[in-house]
Amino acid sequence: MDRAFLDNSLWRNIYCNLAGGSADCQTDRLYEPGVLPAGMEWLAFALAAFAIIALFVNGILGGVIVLIWGERRLFGRFQRRTGPNRWGPFGLLTSVADAIKTMFKEDVVPKDADRILFNLAPVMITAPALLVFAVIPFGVGTYVADLNVGVLFILAVTSLTTLAVLTAAWSSANRIAILSAFRSVALLISYEIPMALALVGVIMLAGSMSLGQIVGAQTVPFILVQPLAVFVFFLAAMAEMARAPFDLTEAESELAAGYLNDYASMKFGLFFLAEFMAEISTSAIFTVLFLGGWRGWDVVPSHFWFGAKLILVLFVIIWFRMTLPRLRIDQVLKFAWKGLFELTLINIVVTAVLIAIWPEPTTTRLWIMAAVNWPVAIISIWAVSKLLGTPGYDAPLPDANAPVYPVGTEQIPASSVHVSGSPTNPQAEEGGD
Amino acid sequence: MIGLGLTRGFLVTLKNFVRPAVTVQYPDRHVGLLGAAKEAGMNPFRFLVKKPGDSIKAIAGLATVQVKLEQSPRFRGNEFTFYEDRCTACASCAKYCPLGIIEIVSVPGKIDAQEGESYKLEVFDIDIGRCMFCGLCVEACPYDALHMGTKFERSTYVRDELIVTLDELNAAEKTPSSFYRPQFEENAFDPYAETIEDHYDAGRHERPSDEDLKKKWVDER
Repeated sequence: MDRAFLDNSLWRNIYCNLAGGSADCQTDRLYEPGVLPAGMEWLAFALAAFAIIALFVNGILGGVIVLIWGERRLFGRFQRRTGPNRWGPFGLLTSVADAIKTMFKEDVVPKDADRILFNLAPVMITAPALLVFAVIPFGVGTYVADLNVGVLFILAVTSLTTLAVLTAAWSSANRIAILSAFRSVALLISYEIPMALALVGVIMLAGSMSLGQIVGAQTVPFILVQPLAVFVFFLAAMAEMARAPFDLTEAESELAAGYLNDYASMKFGLFFLAEFMAEISTSAIFTVLFLGGWRGWDVVPSHFWFGAKLILVLFVIIWFRMTLPRLRIDQVLKFAWKGLFELTLINIVVTAVLIAIWPEPTTTRLWIMAAVNWPVAIISIWAVSKLLGTPGYDAPLPDANAPVYPVGTEQIPASSVHVSGSPTNPQAEEGGD
Repeated sequence: MIGLGLTRGFLVTLKNFVRPAVTVQYPDRHVGLLGAAKEAGMNPFRFLVKKPGDSIKAIAGLATVQVKLEQSPRFRGNEFTFYEDRCTACASCAKYCPLGIIEIVSVPGKIDAQEGESYKLEVFDIDIGRCMFCGLCVEACPYDALHMGTKFERSTYVRDELIVTLDELNAAEKTPSSFYRPQFEENAFDPYAETIEDHYDAGRHERPSDEDLKKKWVDER
């Protein structure tokens, strides 16, 4: 068996306390008398795995509960309200009450729905959102697994959301839900490309796809070294988790709730949960990739640094949501393909050149790279926004000589007007009551 | 400059984020340590030492303070204000009520300082469950005894409890609404500060001055 998992302090603590007598734990005398007898390493492994999964899943769900409360409080503050403060201290139990209410609601399934897919979709959307947390290092040695393809894993797993959204919309046999799903698929697939390409610069700098090694490589936080990647990744990630200003998928004013229109009870709750888990995971990924993860002064533990940075990113996401209005679908797609995509290509070329000059970046070299990258970022963002703002760049200009009619007074061709004789239903004319 | 408008927008939301909330919390207000200490009437340190239990509660965000909302005299609430001393049991209000929801039972035998012998009220019930708050009873009252009120916390679980009795009216705080009595505002009269003695100053009829009275009753005869 591969013993690489023992580098992880979470695994090591639980496993070696259970199977202290095994050969793997002999290096550390601390674990000498294990709970389980020798030869039961498989049971120790299984129990340790179960404990870690329980810890992470419950921790994340608890985090979601707190996040929903915090988000509502922050929304309130941004709108000069107090936010929920009635139930429990500072309103902390509001989300708990909401969760209990959601669970006790009637579970309605539409008559025309494809029952199997309809029930599967909430699970399909929740599982990837939880899976992402497996590779995120929350502190020194606090992770489930440090994959050497961590970034790739995150990109692959988050793209499963598209499938779940489409399944949910299709199985509920609702045309508005399908409309939302079309938008969602267009949005998610478009923004996956700039998001993935934005991470190429980070991977090149760190020389690894493992999130742990990326954190280790950040002697200078990559938010300073890779401003373009930060810009693109942040916006693309906002679109990926369908948050304002990119929340076309849900668009309450147009599509009711979008693809989760027909879901009730805890199935709806699972979609909701997945959305907020995506928010946490995106902030965590941003923290790991650009803000130096758990790095910080050693006075306080690494988990504190990670949490503080995570909360900062969450605040910025909420701030974005409170500030920017929702965009139209064509604007959003244009922004992805004609704006962000170009920026990522510029970023990749510049970073590749810098890496070719200094193959193994030290702290000094990272600062020099930052000094090069910032002007490049500002100039290219300025150029791209100029280009996007140019009239006629995305669509042909309207004919200046064409006759302009006020709305509603366009000339209607005579062939399209159907003239009927007397009213077909005279009673309908009279019966006003 | 590209991006400046965006920055300005973010600063607007941030500015509103740091400003205090305008929410009025009702029926109780959640307070922190400072608010709880202010409510108890001591400074926070004294409050911490004197009432450790309440302090912990306040720090944990569980302390609440009852909020009494004071309405404007123009507010059209759903309680009546009644001055029994001024009432002569003429039953004008009951006659003018379009819904007939005012019930008056009176007996002779009351000695009024101003009116001499008058009627005494035995029953004065208003069924505000059916009242439409038109204010005609108030308009009809010749002695400014009945006013619409500005209270609003009179919801009950039982319909019968919506009948306001004489005892209840007498016990209630006097908060006459000036909305149904525009002359209150014309005379710059504060109905909340009104006492029984000076209510003639604010009536719809100008009280004749002493000269006028002398002219009418002495000089012209």
